[in-house]
Amino acid sequence: MAGKLELDPRVVARARGLAARVGQPVVDLARSHTTVSVERAVLRLAGVAGADPDGIPWVNRLADAVRADVGLGHGVAVPVFHAMRTAGVEDITVLAQKAAAGSIRFAVPEKKAEVTAARRAARRATGDGLRRVDRRRAERDRLIKRWGDPPRRPWIYLIVATGDIYEDIPQAQAAARAGADVIAVIRSTGQSLLDYVPEGATREGFAGTYATQENFRLMRAALDQTSQELGRYVRLTNYASGLCMPEIAALAGLERLDMMLNDSMYGILFRDINPIRTFVDQRFSRQVHARAGIVINTGEDNYLTTADAVEAAHTVTVSQLLNEFFAHEAGLADWQLGLGHAFEINPDLPDSFRLELAHALLARELFPDAPLKWMPPTKHMTGDVFRGNLLDGFFNLAGALTGQGILLVGMMTEAVVTPWLSDRDIALQNVRYVLDGAGNLHEDFVPAPGGFIQRRARQVLGEAVELLERIVERAAGADPRAPGGPLLEAIADGTFGIMKRPADRGKGLDGVAKHEDDYYNPATEALEAAR
Amino acid sequence: MSIVRPYGDTTGDGMVQLSFTLPIRHDKRAEGAALQLAAKMGMDPAMLVHARQMGDGFTFFVVYGKVNHLVDTAKVQVVERDFPLLSAKEINAVIKRRLRRRLNVVGACIGTDAHTVGIDAILNVKGIAGEKGLEYYRELSVTNMGAQVSVPDLVETARAQKADAVLVSQVVTQRDAHLQNIRAMSAAFREALPAGRRPLLIVGGPRFDELMAGELGVDRIFGRGTTPREVASYLVHALVAAKGGAA
Repeated sequence: MAGKLELDPRVVARARGLAARVGQPVVDLARSHTTVSVERAVLRLAGVAGADPDGIPWVNRLADAVRADVGLGHGVAVPVFHAMRTAGVEDITVLAQKAAAGSIRFAVPEKKAEVTAARRAARRATGDGLRRVDRRRAERDRLIKRWGDPPRRPWIYLIVATGDIYEDIPQAQAAARAGADVIAVIRSTGQSLLDYVPEGATREGFAGTYATQENFRLMRAALDQTSQELGRYVRLTNYASGLCMPEIAALAGLERLDMMLNDSMYGILFRDINPIRTFVDQRFSRQVHARAGIVINTGEDNYLTTADAVEAAHTVTVSQLLNEFFAHEAGLADWQLGLGHAFEINPDLPDSFRLELAHALLARELFPDAPLKWMPPTKHMTGDVFRGNLLDGFFNLAGALTGQGILLVGMMTEAVVTPWLSDRDIALQNVRYVLDGAGNLHEDFVPAPGGFIQRRARQVLGEAVELLERIVERAAGADPRAPGGPLLEAIADGTFGIMKRPADRGKGLDGVAKHEDDYYNPATEALEAAR
Repeated sequence: MSIVRPYGDTTGDGMVQLSFTLPIRHDKRAEGAALQLAAKMGMDPAMLVHARQMGDGFTFFVVYGKVNHLVDTAKVQVVERDFPLLSAKEINAVIKRRLRRRLNVVGACIGTDAHTVGIDAILNVKGIAGEKGLEYYRELSVTNMGAQVSVPDLVETARAQKADAVLVSQVVTQRDAHLQNIRAMSAAFREALPAGRRPLLIVGGPRFDELMAGELGVDRIFGRGTTPREVASYLVHALVAAKGGAA
């Protein structure tokens, strides 16, 4: 369906070129730093599992012990596998337990042969973890072949969030039976700022359920059962975001989650996580998602909940272009890019629906091969549930008209209560009515040449290019050695979503380390070599 | 006229609509059960206009019916706005003239609540519903601490900024987290600062009962639909106008 907006291919190419110029220094930054969470993800892939009696995962205890002895800058792999050999410990989790008890000292070996041996052992261990991820991916492909994909696009995406995994499971299964193609388990409020991943099955959470490996496993198993019963593979989504993004990405790969929320800047802007921490964690987690065949969902919808959806429309486009650049760089293919955007224009504004169509179509045409994630209205849901249901109907219609890939089902009780059973049922009736009645209307919907929608889309693209140009130009006068380049400066200035986030502030900064010359990460090595 | 009853399409008809779900399959008995509930709620006669089974064991109902209850608007208890609503210009002028310095406001979402939508709507220049937020007011100095702020951090920042007022927003209400957080916050301020130096404590959120201010130990609660101008007007009323300019 390319070409409905008659976008100037030179402007599109210029936008992509600018995004690459803005993004490249951030990639360089990510390639020269590591974080505690990246290192813990390496340890998880190498087989460290479980938690101490206080619930602190052994990966945290081990990474902290290595860090205390030799710092993070060498990577944990060589010190850990060197210690395993010198201490004669066979099991890496046992080593973590001994390290936590203080009976192991870590060092960076000096002899070349020792380094080589430690690297080889580390490579073998993380290679085992990555092969488990590969097997899970192959298993997904097999199950999709057996049970089938949803019969149409967009896929219907429903949220479950009770706080108790054993309550979530029957709700998720009921939602799948009622028509959901994708189930997202919302995380507990506050998990994004925990610097460890909780362990085990959890039954207490606030406005959501903790993301843990066991919760992932339980929910995936339950949805496999329901998929078989329905003859349609039901996908499972969670959140690779916050301070433990790389570890959660690894756990998602190990437990065959199918989609992950994974935005390049969300944590910085909305959780005040340090920008460098975020970009380093981002790159690693995207590499893992690429390997695991996971579709990422980016979070551009969030910009529109804090800024005005018309005035800030171009910041969504800029963010989508950056997310695309970072995703490709990390090895994700276009089919894995659930770039986000949302239906958040004030409905009292004249032509609000035409503006929505213009913005949605712009995203569709800029990223023709990406399964765009279309997010429902939240900001202008007032508590008037009748009006809200109408607004959701128009949201669904805009999604159908512009060929969106993943449709997050809007609830008329948004901003009132966490969705009731009946709210979900009414919302799904709304979606079904629109998709059954108008699901193929995109075939007939061609905006008039030179008309309102074409002009608006071009204007937004033009503003996106201007913003990218401003970001590049402003940096021309700045210190060229400043890490991260123009994008970090723009983030510090509050260019996105109004929030100002300087690179030397924010949560998790103390978990960032610059690579030493001998930095070694067997997982990154394998993830980059495979491409 | 202080006695009223609901209005469908004729004065005094008492008509209301109600929807709910019962955890049973849809059949004749389920419809009877729905009508029994409506009757117990005072709907007489009640008409079942819609019933739809959801999944295996639930049915959604819509009932229309007449209630005989009367309400007396003279006996309704609410927190009426007991301060004048001023324009941004007037607010700045009053602070400048009476306080002779900027009025310091510190805002935050406390506890694990990550929803800054409320505090941002009131504080960010962007504001809400066409009204600019408090940052836009020249005579207000605003510190927005954002989300997931701990109570000790909030008290410390309020002290460091010499806050005249502290605004706390709470959206998440699961397990009454919003009430517990506010009680902890007001207790911490009582403990940390003597009465005369304590900032005005203002709470906002869609699910608060505006009558609970005293019980929660705060000065004022603002509910759904509050605008920045209302909050600014209240600040001026409580801190500047009422105290006759005491700084």
